[in-house]
Amino acid sequence: MGLDPEDVFKDEEDDPDNEFFQQSESSKEYVVYLVDASPKMFNTTCPGNDQKDETHFHTSVSCIAGSLKTQIISRSYDEVAICFFNTREKKNLQDLNGVFVFNVAEREHLDRPTARLIKEFDCIEESFMREIGSQYGIVPGSRENSLYNALWVAQALLRKGSIKTADKRILLFTNEDDPFGSLQDAAKKDMTRTTLQRAKDAQDLGISIELLPLSRPDSEFNVSTFYADLIGLDGEDLAQFMPSASQKLEDMKDQLRKRMFTKRVVRRIEFHIANGLSIALNTYALIRPTVPGAITWLDSVTNHPLKTERSLICEDTGALIQEPPKLFQPYRNENVKFLPEEIAEIKRISPGKLRLLGFKPLSCLKDYYNLRPSTFVYPSDQEVVGSTCIFIALHRSMLKHKRFAVAYYGASSHPQLVALVAQDEITSAGAQMEPPGMHMIYLPYSDDIRDDEEIFPDTEEDAPRADEDQIQKAAALIKRIYVKDFSAFQFANPALQRHYAVLQALALAEDDIPETIDETAPDEEGLTRPAVVKAAEAFKLSVYGDSYDEESDMGKEKMSEASRKRKAIAENAAKDYDWGNLADKGQVRVEEFNSRRFESLLKCPQPSC
Amino acid sequence: MARNKEKLVLLLDVGPSMHGVLSEVEKLCSMLVEKKLIFSKYDELGVVVFGTEESKNDLTTEVGGYQNITVLQDIKVVDGDLVDTLQKLPRGRVDGDFLDAIVVGMDMLIKKYKDLHKGKKRLCLITNAIHPIKDSFEGSKEDQVMTIAEQMAAQGMKIESIVVRGRLSRDANKGVMDENDHLLSIFSKKTHTRIVYVDTPTSLLGALKTRRVTPVTVFRGHLELSPHMKIKVWVYKKTQEEKFPTLKKYSEKAPASNKLATHQVKVSYEYKSVDGSSTSVIPPEQRIKGYRYGPQVVPISTAEWDAVKFKPEKGIKVLGFTDASKIKRHCYMKDVYLFIAEPGNTRATLAVSAIARAMKEMNAVAILRCVWRQGQQNVVVGVLTPNISQNYKIPDSFYFNVLPFAEDVREYQFPSFNSFPASWQPNDQQQKAADELVQMLDLAPSGKEALLPEFTPNPVLERFYRHLELKAKQPDAAVPPLDETLKNIVEPDPELVAENKSVFDALHRHFELRQNPKLKKSSRQWYQEKQSGSNAHVSSGQAVNSIENQPPVKIEKIGDLTPVQDFEAMMSQRDNPEWVEKAIKELREKILALLIHSDEGDKYQKAVECVAALRKGYILEQEPGPYNDLMHHIRQYCEEKGIKSLPQLLASRDLTLISKSEAEDSDVTAEEARSFFVKMEPKPDV
Repeated sequence: MGLDPEDVFKDEEDDPDNEFFQQSESSKEYVVYLVDASPKMFNTTCPGNDQKDETHFHTSVSCIAGSLKTQIISRSYDEVAICFFNTREKKNLQDLNGVFVFNVAEREHLDRPTARLIKEFDCIEESFMREIGSQYGIVPGSRENSLYNALWVAQALLRKGSIKTADKRILLFTNEDDPFGSLQDAAKKDMTRTTLQRAKDAQDLGISIELLPLSRPDSEFNVSTFYADLIGLDGEDLAQFMPSASQKLEDMKDQLRKRMFTKRVVRRIEFHIANGLSIALNTYALIRPTVPGAITWLDSVTNHPLKTERSLICEDTGALIQEPPKLFQPYRNENVKFLPEEIAEIKRISPGKLRLLGFKPLSCLKDYYNLRPSTFVYPSDQEVVGSTCIFIALHRSMLKHKRFAVAYYGASSHPQLVALVAQDEITSAGAQMEPPGMHMIYLPYSDDIRDDEEIFPDTEEDAPRADEDQIQKAAALIKRIYVKDFSAFQFANPALQRHYAVLQALALAEDDIPETIDETAPDEEGLTRPAVVKAAEAFKLSVYGDSYDEESDMGKEKMSEASRKRKAIAENAAKDYDWGNLADKGQVRVEEFNSRRFESLLKCPQPSC
Repeated sequence: MARNKEKLVLLLDVGPSMHGVLSEVEKLCSMLVEKKLIFSKYDELGVVVFGTEESKNDLTTEVGGYQNITVLQDIKVVDGDLVDTLQKLPRGRVDGDFLDAIVVGMDMLIKKYKDLHKGKKRLCLITNAIHPIKDSFEGSKEDQVMTIAEQMAAQGMKIESIVVRGRLSRDANKGVMDENDHLLSIFSKKTHTRIVYVDTPTSLLGALKTRRVTPVTVFRGHLELSPHMKIKVWVYKKTQEEKFPTLKKYSEKAPASNKLATHQVKVSYEYKSVDGSSTSVIPPEQRIKGYRYGPQVVPISTAEWDAVKFKPEKGIKVLGFTDASKIKRHCYMKDVYLFIAEPGNTRATLAVSAIARAMKEMNAVAILRCVWRQGQQNVVVGVLTPNISQNYKIPDSFYFNVLPFAEDVREYQFPSFNSFPASWQPNDQQQKAADELVQMLDLAPSGKEALLPEFTPNPVLERFYRHLELKAKQPDAAVPPLDETLKNIVEPDPELVAENKSVFDALHRHFELRQNPKLKKSSRQWYQEKQSGSNAHVSSGQAVNSIENQPPVKIEKIGDLTPVQDFEAMMSQRDNPEWVEKAIKELREKILALLIHSDEGDKYQKAVECVAALRKGYILEQEPGPYNDLMHHIRQYCEEKGIKSLPQLLASRDLTLISKSEAEDSDVTAEEARSFFVKMEPKPDV
């Protein structure tokens, strides 16, 4: 197949020999969406996104659809089932009334989402009344209990897999806060009791039940009537529930398409602190560039995956080379040959070890000492008892004295001098923002650093330096475009989001490419505010005098003939391309740049003078 | 590439005071040529040594003077012989005059190239500059240097001086050194100069960039602070890793008689469709790229992608400024960029300088969105930090580091250190020992920073090029051990360690490490393989071996404090079966000692723990006999002494005889085992 699920976790530092040490700590998620389909869900409306009223049923279904589209990219190994209750028709393994499990071909009821599931679910509202139908399942005089049945079916769907390896959840969408309200006392009591018991049984099996209540503008969903008992809410949680529930609904729709990675140890290393004192550390890749998923080559005729075969062919004889060949470097007019083992031997310095060399003040760690993304290290007492204790002690000392450690890391593929920077734990509102541990930063060597800033001054004069006035004007401008709360990774990658959007449009044969927002676009509006413009003008005058405009015009003229041509060709290519062929019909929606996310950040201080 | 050919003259001080570092100079210079032979084959190079007894140069014959200077090699295109020449530099007998050497070098360049190749001509001086230069006949030394520097600038020559100082020139006259430093600095006023001071052999090896890289801009255009405020900048790479050379694959298929054989290997990829039993090769035009969407793969042609891809406009825009503390150092993603104002553009230089200095004062950084070229299919978001120049000839500039996108961050949670048990938390003494280490094992004492990346050579590459040179002469040469001078990069500096012996002693006293005995066998095996692996491979140098041969936590004896842990650790030392025997024997003795020395039963609890461990050990080894004998012995002992509490303790924890169900060789039934202590009939306690 060539489709290795492990590809997802490939990391530049990985080497295949290390598979043995890799462990996955987190697990899959199994989710059953349980949607109330009673007539009340269709009759009740609330203002939707585009100010038009939409039914609660529509809200629920579009929320699930959005969530599925995110999930198929971010966590495509998680499994889902979609189940309606209060339906006219029934479809479930237990053959219980009023419960309908929605599914598509080539898929088990609880399974990974597929393009087909998403596509057909997208148009469920068109066929719903015809094929599934809406009907109250709890009516006076009948012993049927559709809510009870629904929970039973959901629980049965979630029987798959061990609770140790999977998170199991039921997400319940309803706008009925009093499901047994229409019943008489005795029947009501009885049904309430059995339903709560059914929910408790599910919870005892490790299944969590989450409620997504839908309120009408005029009457809020009263969670204490019934559901507080079912999901086990009391006290403060109860008070907090409604506000957080509506947020949850919003979040589900508005998730980032982001591939999730399970936490795992990249490798275990030995941190050699002193002779006879080596502790065990685990390394983790917390930050790595995400690329669109791996490419699988297909036969364009059959769409079947192709098997890639790599072969080495001797250019002199055309013979196939089986054994790993020798390597050579042309040098001094001859070919100097190396065995692959010799190359490995050259690179082998303190293999698998991180050797402490000493400490330096943090100010010695220059901004330009960087080559690759850092690696996180965290101690482990699993092999060497006492490791954590030493690590914590060093960690504290390094934070206290504002020093980092210099060490030599003997990774087999890429041995390197590294800096170990202690990071204190940072939490915010109970959530861990920065885990405690150390970041291993790969340091450059002499030949990796360039001194291009020193190239140009061939003149006898000193380099121009800004004077105090110019610096003050610059400072005033900087203050105007100052962002208070910036986080280093708040932007979604627009190219990647676009990629996922296109992929979704093609996979689902959608007419439009879903709109993606380039969050990295500058806040043009904010930057043209009078206060900013004024500060910019003052700075310009101070540095450029009157000559600024000539300068900037010159640049525009410079675009060469060749690059203009290239640009024209590129623009035409986009114009000429018949997107219709791709998406059957319809037009590609022009993508609008929207700097929504950034605007909220760019809170310039108001002019104070 | 002809226009980029460099013309270099090495001016090497080989006087007596330099002898201590000449072997490093030899390594450095031969490495320079070795790399030129691969990467810049057409560069030209001459070698001048000064401080020699004899004199051999044009100027001394033409005009006289210029004594003790020998042209070892006239300027020529680099070749293998140059490497050989540089590997055995002569040891001079007199103190040389670096200024004379500079003039000789200039003379060579002028005679050979006239005033052509401006900017490509370079002198590289390596000296300790601790001996006074000769007085001139007319004017001061300063005037003399000034004249030479002007001439140098007129000829378009550059000079790079590596001055070896510190530990490497201890007893020098400070007055002379200061004068020489001043004279050398005059060059930088007139012409393009780089002066480097190094004080360890290791940094000497890193002092000279041995690979010449032609600077290429990544971007030329505007840095947009706002739509109304743009500064013209050029962007270069500030760091870029020099990779291990990509070696070509060598084919041995061609017969030795074939003199024209290229021995090249072609790597071919074939894409095959697998339909049932038949496989067929699919031609490139019939292939299409597929991307995963859930369990499915969606085919998308390149043309389709191109039409709908994200295509941002070229440009660099400031998104905002923010506090430097908002950007964590570990978020830097890649190698680093350098932003300089457009060269020769005074206004832009001033603007960059003003912004950089204001940022520095405010401790601010700028967040940038960069699209380096038209047609680039992604954007780069990163952080711009000020670089305030310390050299008045060099303008202020910025560094730029790429930051991660939201998708690039994996938000794993880790346990808070406070959540660990008390035994994992360092106590005051342990914390003090760690504090001492962090402060005392200092690599940057008062301005003398060791292992400064700028002066640290890459030990792997050094080793590779050295091996390459060896192999060129002797094809079966073994991989050389890591050079002594490079050891300080991969191991702690022995001097620094020796100076801090008390700090390390305290560390050993306060921290205890041991291997986890509960490890599964497979993991343990891995651990041992790793141990032995490191022994096998780090074969260079006695010092290393003596360290490597001791696993960090080898337990050779069962102590009084933690007998159970010691026992388990010994049992897990699988490298020698004798450990098991020794462990069992020692623990057995320990138990008996505990019994005998117990005062009012105060040591019974400990004895019981030991018995539990021992019992486990015997079952593991499937040797019930000795253990059961011991139990009989204990029972008898207790009966004789009338001790009731110990048998009760043992019975309560089921630490009775090992029965047949636990170890095949036992002749005790489960029933017998259960009732072993029950049947005891102790005499009444006295």
